[in-house]
Amino acid sequence: MSRIAQRFQQLRESGRTALIPFVTAGDPVPTITVPLMHAMVAAGADLVELGVPFSDPMADGPVIQRATERALAQGVSLTDVLEMVRQFREQDSTTPVVLMGYLNPIEVMGYAAFAQQAQSAGVDGALIVDLPPEEGHDLIALMKAQGLDLVYLLAPTSTESRIKRIGDVASGFVYYVSVKGVTGAGHLNTDAVAAKVAAIKSVIPLPVGVGFGIKDAETAAQLARTADAVIVGSAIVSQMERLAATPQQIPATIADFLAKLRTAIDAVDRSTMPHAESPR
Amino acid sequence: MAIHADKDHASRMTPSVGSTYDLPDDAGHFGVYGGMFVPETLMHPLEELRTAYDACRADPNFQTEMDDDLRDYVGRPSPLYHAVRWSRELGGAQIYLKREDLNHTGAHKVNNTIGQALLARRMGKTRIIAETGAGQHGVASATVAARLGLECVVYMGEVDVARQEANVYRMRLLGASVVPVKSGSRTLKDALNEAMRDWVTNIDNTFYIIGTVAGPHPYPMMVRDFQSVIGREARAQMMERTGRLPDALVACVGGGSNAIGLFYPFLDDADVAIYGVEAAGEGIATGHHAAPLCAGRPGVLHGNRTYLMEDDNGQIIETHSISAGLDYPGVGPEHAWLKDSGRARYDAITDDEALAAFHHLTRTEGIIPALESSHALAYAHKLAPTMRPDQIILVNLSGRGDKDMHTVARHDGLVL
Repeated sequence: MSRIAQRFQQLRESGRTALIPFVTAGDPVPTITVPLMHAMVAAGADLVELGVPFSDPMADGPVIQRATERALAQGVSLTDVLEMVRQFREQDSTTPVVLMGYLNPIEVMGYAAFAQQAQSAGVDGALIVDLPPEEGHDLIALMKAQGLDLVYLLAPTSTESRIKRIGDVASGFVYYVSVKGVTGAGHLNTDAVAAKVAAIKSVIPLPVGVGFGIKDAETAAQLARTADAVIVGSAIVSQMERLAATPQQIPATIADFLAKLRTAIDAVDRSTMPHAESPR
Repeated sequence: MAIHADKDHASRMTPSVGSTYDLPDDAGHFGVYGGMFVPETLMHPLEELRTAYDACRADPNFQTEMDDDLRDYVGRPSPLYHAVRWSRELGGAQIYLKREDLNHTGAHKVNNTIGQALLARRMGKTRIIAETGAGQHGVASATVAARLGLECVVYMGEVDVARQEANVYRMRLLGASVVPVKSGSRTLKDALNEAMRDWVTNIDNTFYIIGTVAGPHPYPMMVRDFQSVIGREARAQMMERTGRLPDALVACVGGGSNAIGLFYPFLDDADVAIYGVEAAGEGIATGHHAAPLCAGRPGVLHGNRTYLMEDDNGQIIETHSISAGLDYPGVGPEHAWLKDSGRARYDAITDDEALAAFHHLTRTEGIIPALESSHALAYAHKLAPTMRPDQIILVNLSGRGDKDMHTVARHDGLVL
């Protein structure tokens, strides 16, 4: 069983919703990323999503675009990100790490080399934003052969046939994009999200995480009633941006923020939820 | 369509060699290139777009509507002009120019925006968005939006907004909002990213008019189809005028829409040599250029697999060309395929060579070409003397040079 599957099984058994923070690797300086990952885990993160910087982040809003630019200004490459995960694994062998990024840096590294190096660095899965299942056959096969999970986005615009198609290849969990828009967008309608999450869960037997546009503890708690995981990115990254000149303050500040989210999420009683049962 | 009939006539007269060209495949692939490399949020809207486009393609009323607009609003067919004096000076092949510079708005761009705007209206969309570099596609989009009464938002890199003031003003006169893009390199590629983000966010009422044969399927195919009116007309005009097909086609390639528009109707004519001309900027060896086919390698950007300019970590790098319309780090995936298959050859022309051709055509023919088109002219300038006077080069004069007065003057040390 993969580290991701194990983690979601533990969460299910204890009736908890996962908290997944996203940060861009190398933002604002490469040396802060590994200490920050440990601080986030200590504050209650169940899984860490690490953004791989790319020059043309088509699906990201302004907050994560700027984080990407800060990381790229430091020359952070996919190889550097894998090295950060390797360092993280020296002290943490249980918390799953998922890379989130775009295809082109992986194309340049080579699919087989990426799958092999990601596995040996201790990466558990990858979400490649611009690689739908239709285009992903070769990489999917190579990653599965290394025991890596493939996390896919689902969107408000995903039809039932697309949900099925993604269900055929996804593993670990699926990531529901809660708004039509880019990362960090507003106008999140929690009722609409609940309905779509239920529809996804009726088709795909994997945990469903919800992200894009979760800015505070209150929204996180509302989503924790329906989702198996709450994913928070831009709200964290914008705090990091304010501290870009004093990066040593980042781990403690982000840990405080995550602790608040953790408390709010855990206050939700999942035992009365319609979707808390184990997936089929 | 009248032009179609002429094309069939031409096909019968010229034996075509090999199998009939039928790309892209159903998923938008030209060999290994093209495809749909987009976030999940865009997959369903792209499927809807494709369904709507397929329906329009099969609908004779849509074709009639489009032909009427191209004739009465754009001014098609554009003339085929025999540049007698310039040909004689070069001392080789006869050069014919396809005069896309005479279209309404001054370039080939409008052929595509007319088609996509009519499609947008059929799909019930009330808002169109577009990306633009030099501003030509932005102007062509704002123009058709004004005519059809659609809201129009144009994304343009902050750097380009500053260096293309006149076109920014033109778009605003036409009622469009021009949004300066401040992310990344603040040029065309970033404008394309920002337009994609807008589209993802406002998918219900918004149609994204991509200006070139790039982006995810069906855009490269759809833009090619709309632009191929250039090649269909030119083929028929050449047959009527000379009774034969040209020996060579030459067109400049940024994203590559004017080039595909000219090339596509000739792809099955094995005896017609095809040359695409990229921007070598300050020279390929300097690294300051915009020539992904000549000096880049395959990768994935903006929804398709194609040749790109990138660093060793897969980050897209900044490009340079004196011509803003060629200043793009990618290229349409069909060009990538035509290059690998050997059907077309791609070469690059420097800023200085393009400027020399710009002045040469202006002085010998009284035609001021766009700097983009000047790259194609400069290549023809090299090619013509290697050919016989009874041979023919057909160059796509994709736009007029009015927009480039400031750039050329500055290069000559003048301030207008």
